[in-house]
Amino acid sequence: MKKMNRRTKTVMLVIIIAGILLIISAAGLLMNPALYEPNYAAKKLPPCAAHWFGTDYLGRDMFCRTIKGLSNSIMLGTMAAVFSAFMALFLGIVSASVGGRADKIISYFVDLVMGVPHMVLLMLISFSLGKGLKGVVIGVALTHWPNLTRVIRGEVLQVKNMQYVKASKKFGKSNFQIACHHIIPHVMPQFLVGLLLLFPHAILHEAGVTFLGFGLSVDTPAIGIILSESLKHISTGMWWLVFFPGIMLVAVVMLFDKLGDNVKLLIDPSSAQE
Amino acid sequence: MNTLKYLGSTLIRMLLLLFGVSIVCFFLIISSPIDPVDAYVGSESNISQEQKDVIAEHWGLNDPPVQRYITWLKNLLHGDMGDSIAFKKPVVQVLKERFVTSLVLMITAWVISGILGFILGILSGVFSGSVMDRIIKTFCFILSSTPAFWIGLLLLIVFSVNLGWFPVGFAVPVGKAAEDVTLLDRIYHLILPAFTLSITGVSNIALHTRQKIIDVMKSEYVLFAKARGETTWQVIKRHGLRNIAIPAITLQFASFSELFGGSVLAEQVFSYPGLGNAATTAGLKSDVPLLLGVALFSVLFVFAGNFIANLLYGILNPEIREGSEK
Repeated sequence: MKKMNRRTKTVMLVIIIAGILLIISAAGLLMNPALYEPNYAAKKLPPCAAHWFGTDYLGRDMFCRTIKGLSNSIMLGTMAAVFSAFMALFLGIVSASVGGRADKIISYFVDLVMGVPHMVLLMLISFSLGKGLKGVVIGVALTHWPNLTRVIRGEVLQVKNMQYVKASKKFGKSNFQIACHHIIPHVMPQFLVGLLLLFPHAILHEAGVTFLGFGLSVDTPAIGIILSESLKHISTGMWWLVFFPGIMLVAVVMLFDKLGDNVKLLIDPSSAQE
Repeated sequence: MNTLKYLGSTLIRMLLLLFGVSIVCFFLIISSPIDPVDAYVGSESNISQEQKDVIAEHWGLNDPPVQRYITWLKNLLHGDMGDSIAFKKPVVQVLKERFVTSLVLMITAWVISGILGFILGILSGVFSGSVMDRIIKTFCFILSSTPAFWIGLLLLIVFSVNLGWFPVGFAVPVGKAAEDVTLLDRIYHLILPAFTLSITGVSNIALHTRQKIIDVMKSEYVLFAKARGETTWQVIKRHGLRNIAIPAITLQFASFSELFGGSVLAEQVFSYPGLGNAATTAGLKSDVPLLLGVALFSVLFVFAGNFIANLLYGILNPEIREGSEK
């Protein structure tokens, strides 16, 4: 077999990682709820062949609950990342290309959101929406744009002052045409990578805020809830309730990180041909 | 003179932001569908609707939002933040007590993460490309993908439940009178939470330091220093540390936001009675005055960090300092 070059390898890696993540989310979506229902005959079992991750004090299979929870987290992360990324794209472009007062106002809001500790902001939003699932979803979606906005704003400012953009302005191209032909293609890589790299943050924040007890009801399978339940029973020494769901969460977060990095390698022109 | 101007403009910008944040927090909270009167009287009480209306009127809940904000701001400037429902004490008092407990935790974690991250960053940057560099980089990557509260849970299971070396939670021994609690007791209860909290910051500072030191090691002055016969350690001491310490410290001060967010989670895991724990309690029990108080306080805390970071950056960075004399 011919040895794969770096680009092919990266493409393969991206496909494999994306495949794993898709399988996890699909498995969670299509899972029969009966699989993680209480089964009092099999309470507090340590990991074994029938229950890979063990069972909890109600006899629920932790493997199925974990997969379901991860799937929920990925869905929520997708919503949050897509929403926040588009918001950042819009605000970043407006901020850099309109400039002046719009730039000042947007920068002010970026500073404003970044001035409140993220956890506290999530709690406030959750509270203001009367807690519940809605609060977590909207909270996570609404709070992840500031960083990417800054990045995109910087990028756009850079392109705006390029010779070719100035030249096309002198040729009489409208701002809209310039935005479509020069600015958006240029910020696309940053935007896509930024979008992917928002996932880990969104997922971790969702886990954190549900761990604290905001949002989802106690019997929803979500990693945050599983972990906060296990905290209540921590002195019983059921380590598998903590270990497996957590390590799976870390794995998913790392997969998203790797996915972002590898996609960046592929679409960033400076490294695409390596 | 210009340094003063820089200070002044930074301070004004921060005050403007603080004002904006207070507005956002206030309106987020009052737009909640959760009725503060219900939260106050509790669900089991048999207070009639008329009496509830009287309370609402007395609290000014029927006033227009802007007027409520102004009233709240006025009281705030007089040092009155209302009474906490969950703790049955003035909010200011709760904040004071809790902040002292949290501050010890946060400072310890902050120092540990700073020093640990800095050392790891230098090691991996100086020997970049080596096995150690790869190990440290992987370690940082794993740390940054790991929720600190999960590590806290693991530590609890291993060290508190299985080995029994450390307490399962709280800041002082349970069932011991407050005046009998020794400093040693407090430190003993602090170790696990502080370690957990310090994990959040390590990878950030390590990767930043690593990049900086790689840049320094590639520079011409380091090449020249090596040509003069300086050893690696001398190069790091004379040229490396001076160049990378300031940005690292600045970055560390700018991380107060994550520190506070992390402390909310860490305190929840270890039932550590600090500000973060108060914030969670306030949010879950719909304790509006306390939630607002903690939110504002956390913002103030973050701003203090950013302000110090800006100050350090402006005063210690020769490029800005010299530039101002032009």
